[in-house]
Amino acid sequence: MESLALMIAASVNAGTILALAALGLLINERAGVVNLGAEGMMLIGALAAYATAAHGHGALLSFAAGAGSASLAAALFGACVIGLGTNQYATGLALSLFGAGFTAFAGSGYTDKQIAALATPGIPQLAALPFVGPALFGYHAAVYLAVALAAGLGWFFFRSRVGLVVRAVGESPESAHALGYPVRRVRFYAVLAGGALCGLAGAYVSLVYAHLWVEGLIAGKGWIALALTTFATWRPARVLLGAYLFGGVTMLQFTLQSRGVEIEGHLLNMSPYLATILVLVLISRNRTWIRANMPASLGKPFQPSQ
Amino acid sequence: MADQLASPMSGPRLAARPLPSSLLALASPLAALAITVAAGALLFAAQGQAPARALGMFFVEPLRDARGWSELAVKGTPLALIALGLAVAFRGNVWNIGAEGQFILGAIAATAVALRAGAGTGRWIVVPILLAGVAGGMAWAGLTAWLRDRFNANEILVSLMLVYVAELLLGYLVYGPWKDPEGFNFPQTITFAAGTEIPRLAPGYRAHAGLVAALAAAPLCWLFLSRTYAGFQLAVCGSAERAARYAGFSSRRALWTALLVSGGLAGLAGAFEVAGPLGQLTPHLPVGYGFAAIIVAFVGRLHPLGVLLSSALMSLFYIGGELAQSRLGLPKALTGVFQGLLLFALLGCDAVAQRLRVTGGGRD
Repeated sequence: MESLALMIAASVNAGTILALAALGLLINERAGVVNLGAEGMMLIGALAAYATAAHGHGALLSFAAGAGSASLAAALFGACVIGLGTNQYATGLALSLFGAGFTAFAGSGYTDKQIAALATPGIPQLAALPFVGPALFGYHAAVYLAVALAAGLGWFFFRSRVGLVVRAVGESPESAHALGYPVRRVRFYAVLAGGALCGLAGAYVSLVYAHLWVEGLIAGKGWIALALTTFATWRPARVLLGAYLFGGVTMLQFTLQSRGVEIEGHLLNMSPYLATILVLVLISRNRTWIRANMPASLGKPFQPSQ
Repeated sequence: MADQLASPMSGPRLAARPLPSSLLALASPLAALAITVAAGALLFAAQGQAPARALGMFFVEPLRDARGWSELAVKGTPLALIALGLAVAFRGNVWNIGAEGQFILGAIAATAVALRAGAGTGRWIVVPILLAGVAGGMAWAGLTAWLRDRFNANEILVSLMLVYVAELLLGYLVYGPWKDPEGFNFPQTITFAAGTEIPRLAPGYRAHAGLVAALAAAPLCWLFLSRTYAGFQLAVCGSAERAARYAGFSSRRALWTALLVSGGLAGLAGAFEVAGPLGQLTPHLPVGYGFAAIIVAFVGRLHPLGVLLSSALMSLFYIGGELAQSRLGLPKALTGVFQGLLLFALLGCDAVAQRLRVTGGGRD
């Protein structure tokens, strides 16, 4: 029982990284923008947060630095894609490549720097309860933030007027424009918000989850988060659930190893990537379902003057 | 967005495209390079280095002697081979961004052959090594093509996930079954038998026959893209999906062609790398050529000749990064910063150049 609770906790911890990033990407994509720069933004956020913490600042400021720096990078992406009308795929790739190079360069001094342990948040009395304690109450605040975000975004997109406008911009920018909504401004804000959440996810990795900074820390989680929005058919609650499932897959290797199952480490480490491909295949197989759920103008540039 | 890349203006005007637009197409990579260099100078200054000296280390120092030129070829060869394939794929609007994984699989397949060679094996073994590399890269890219074709799985994400899988497979092999039993526990295979070595272009220099292959592949890719029906179909599928459907061109075929050509060339590059400069399979094989080649392909305007030129430039970034590390004590990762900046600047310059044409055309 106790080990099950620990497994759930480990899956949720690992899944929160994906959940935060994928919720950010969901905001982007609901507005019709695909940002392949997720990996780069997460790296930038992770490094900025870690550097802030390493210079002795508090957790709140460190998280803010992660979110802020990544949304700055997202602003660069947005300026290119929305302002200049560059190709979304190529520009996102540029951001990912730049993020990888830049953080390797700027972060080389922080690899051997320690940061102070963050205070364990949550409610200690509740966390001490058997089973439900570790499974529900022992997490870092960012974990609860991800849950709240998923709920909040679900309400925002499907119950609020502004959310409806964002969805309209993603479905049919021409119609939204004709109705007088500022399509490009909405998209730009969506890109900024997406970047901030990717940065938050990165900060969570470096500050809480891994508690260190190394080159390439994110190890493809940005790309898995991108896949996750598709799995979840662009629904916030499903993103959260999918993220925890994937967190579970990530943890599978440790669980199996602790049970004494003999699988070589490298092969086991393939599991999150293979699982991503597998789920992608299962979900995408049904073309009409994907098409019915996908924002109709996803990835398509919009220039009101033309 | 494919049409955005290819043709910003209304149809008829594009048919007789005069000199200026192709000039702009050439000018924007140069402008992007200038922006990158300027940003680099700022970055050096921020690091407390004299910008002129540091830039010289990147762009001049590597080319001062024959050894430097040889190294330029060593690193330019895989970049050019991979980027040529990617240029074909991107022309078809197929986003293969997993060339790094196809490169690794090519090297693994080539190693499987090379490990069978003994001391007495003749030079002929090089041919099956290279063919195995091509097959390995094709198989890995073919996996992506199959999943896209059969299950509609996004090729960007699948090809990228397969990069991580390929890296782990490489790790598994060199830490496990293929580890040199007498290698002091280093994770690497035995040094390949002498017969397997890719012929060098000149004794004492590391540049090898792969350069010849890359130089030969460029005109072949050009012929394929601009002089064959299959290449034409691919380009139409990539730039005008509806026109392609009206014409009855198969987008499935374009998908498979794009991925097999780019995967095969990336695999070939991997075979050259492992049987050439490395001479054994190690975890240090992947250094990001597959990702850098994406930038090379775009900077080279998805044109084979342009790709050759831009791969030389990108190779210079790699060598310059190493020199900046060893002589100036700067982080080697500078190379990655320059690469990312270059692509960003290029996309921005392209968009600006396109704007110039759009407004100019609009007033006519």
